[in-house]
Amino acid sequence: MAQPKFLTLLSLRRNWAIPYLLYLFVFVLIPLFLIVMYAFMDTEGTATLANFRKFWMQPEALNTFIYSVGIALITTFLCLILGFPAAYILSKTNTRGARILILLFILPMWINFLIRTLATVALFDFLNLPLGQGALLFGMVYNFLPFMIYPIYNVLQKTDQNLIEAAQDLGANPRQVFLKTIVPLSVPGITSGIMMVFMPVISTFAIAELLTINNIKLFGSTLQENIYNGMWNYGAALSLVMLLLIGVTSLLGSEGGAKSEEGGLL
Amino acid sequence: MQNSESIIDIGHVSKYFGEKAALDDVSFTVRKGEFVTILGPSGCGKTTLLRLIAGFLTVTEGSISIAGTDVTTIPPYLRPVNTVFQKYALFPHLNVFNNIAFGLNLKKRPSDEIKKRVNKVLKMVGMTDYEERDVDSLSGGQQQRVAIARAIVNEPEVLLLDEPLAALDLKMRKDMQMEIKAMHKKLGISFVYVTHDQEEALTLSDTIVVMSEGKIQQMGTPKAIYDEPANAFVADFIGESNILNGIMIEDNLVSFAGHQFECVDKGFESQEPVDVVLRPEDLYIFDPSEAAMLTGKVTSSIFKGVHYEMVVLTTEGYEFIIQDYHCFDAGKDVGLRVKPSDIHVMKKERLFNTFSGTVVDKAHVRFLNQVFECAEASSFTLGSTVSVYIDFKDVVLFDYEEDGLFGGDVKFILYKGNHYHLTVSTHGNENIYIDTNDVWDTSDRVGITFAPGSIHITNINS
Repeated sequence: MAQPKFLTLLSLRRNWAIPYLLYLFVFVLIPLFLIVMYAFMDTEGTATLANFRKFWMQPEALNTFIYSVGIALITTFLCLILGFPAAYILSKTNTRGARILILLFILPMWINFLIRTLATVALFDFLNLPLGQGALLFGMVYNFLPFMIYPIYNVLQKTDQNLIEAAQDLGANPRQVFLKTIVPLSVPGITSGIMMVFMPVISTFAIAELLTINNIKLFGSTLQENIYNGMWNYGAALSLVMLLLIGVTSLLGSEGGAKSEEGGLL
Repeated sequence: MQNSESIIDIGHVSKYFGEKAALDDVSFTVRKGEFVTILGPSGCGKTTLLRLIAGFLTVTEGSISIAGTDVTTIPPYLRPVNTVFQKYALFPHLNVFNNIAFGLNLKKRPSDEIKKRVNKVLKMVGMTDYEERDVDSLSGGQQQRVAIARAIVNEPEVLLLDEPLAALDLKMRKDMQMEIKAMHKKLGISFVYVTHDQEEALTLSDTIVVMSEGKIQQMGTPKAIYDEPANAFVADFIGESNILNGIMIEDNLVSFAGHQFECVDKGFESQEPVDVVLRPEDLYIFDPSEAAMLTGKVTSSIFKGVHYEMVVLTTEGYEFIIQDYHCFDAGKDVGLRVKPSDIHVMKKERLFNTFSGTVVDKAHVRFLNQVFECAEASSFTLGSTVSVYIDFKDVVLFDYEEDGLFGGDVKFILYKGNHYHLTVSTHGNENIYIDTNDVWDTSDRVGITFAPGSIHITNINS
């Protein structure tokens, strides 16, 4: 019995992935390849390292880069300081209460982050607070905190109650139970939380522009400016530098989280 | 090795989870160096009891002392006991050495002492050279050994073991039983061991505490519990048994299975209904002859490795399980005999279902949160509190909950030779006892009604 050809194609379940693979190829792999190509070319199309030399020699781009990494580190640190206790309290709350609290944490995420950030600007205006570096950090933490809380909560919630009892049984007081059992066990969650905050923060530019009235430039803005002004080759080189940093971060992250796969990126 | 000095004192301990009593007025003592096993089916309260001793739960009533100190309100980390958990509970972020050293590190012992003590217990559990291994890379049996090592390295006064072998396969379990017994001998400390496996309890313990429904049913040496079970539950739970209804005619004379037998029990009232227990290996089976006390036909015969297990249906219609080295094939006529000292007579826990109720009108009485028709109500004043009696055989069960007046779950089944005695737990956690010839399974959901005219009431004060 002859089947129409497209039906034969559909009958194999793995063929269903073809549309996505195509998408991946056209919109991820080819652009990535183009970025690498452009980064190592000048405007005439000859191979060169000049773009990277320019980044290394030009204090402005390099400074912005270092400053951005600094902001990202501080943001990540603040998210961790605020997020871990929140996740811990959530994991201790009974299921119903926790569900409502999580909803409250995630609710702001349903609103586009631009609108949220504009609202933050309005809030700072209303409270007569200056926009600038402080506002920038506030905006960053506000936007990325849920990405820290959720993976940590996920791990803490799954923590085997027996392990906590075992620690108590072996003589650990509540403080020691926390430091020697709960914290080490939540490392996979912390790792994936750090990655989920640190990596996107590096390339953010809209939050910085809005909350500092364009006074502070982050690396994302530098990137955007160069591409926008037609400096494709230099922009590609800067993108590559950032991708490299993100790559190294995620490599370190997966190394740390390798012991337990329960960290669970969202 | 043992002395009479007590190390754990459990005094009238009750534990409620909401309305439900997990433990109901439990008292016992563990002596120094004693191996005590708490034995019972799942849900009997044995794990709750262990967790109370360890301090993971607090008592609702009563007190617990360990080594002479009242620890009733003391948190687990200050109690001189260590626990071996059922699912090992090894720390996945630490290797074998650091798992075992966890307790010693908390106590800030010098590192060379820690190393020495960890190596000593590793040797004891046969896990030398595993120090650096990841705990996830160990087999179940190895993890259990590490869990035991982690507990005993702290040299506790008492080691608590919560079904430590339940997750292992049979062969491994037998080996570990022997090792645990040897370890107990070597350490000289008290072990409190929780299990639902009666054979494990008989093998390991100095003393067995048999529990059911939050209460201690019997406490004694394995031999005492096996040979002289205190009630039908214990007899059924420990080893195999034939349990029948009997009537005590007079001292040393009991009637069951349609015959009268000489026995060695006394102190019962004349004509008192009793439970009679006969162990399968205590019944003699032979070709029909003058010596037979009972005669019957073999209905099944199975080879069990060492002995044959045969079921005999007597002429009077009672079934007996018999274990013997000689085989009598199914269909064969046989005679049975039992020694007077092998007939165990036990007081019945109850003779009928009893509830407390109130008379609501001339023809109705209220109990179990429902109103039932009852002809006897006419002679009682309205609103008076009464005792309600219902015979075991007057309770009717249905396959579907909707067909009965109320529903319940079959919790426990006892075969009484010619009928089943069921314990059904209602949704309000009341137990109803039923005699029936129908076959039910534990945890079957059933509908329950009482046969008309079967509800008897008496005044509570009369």
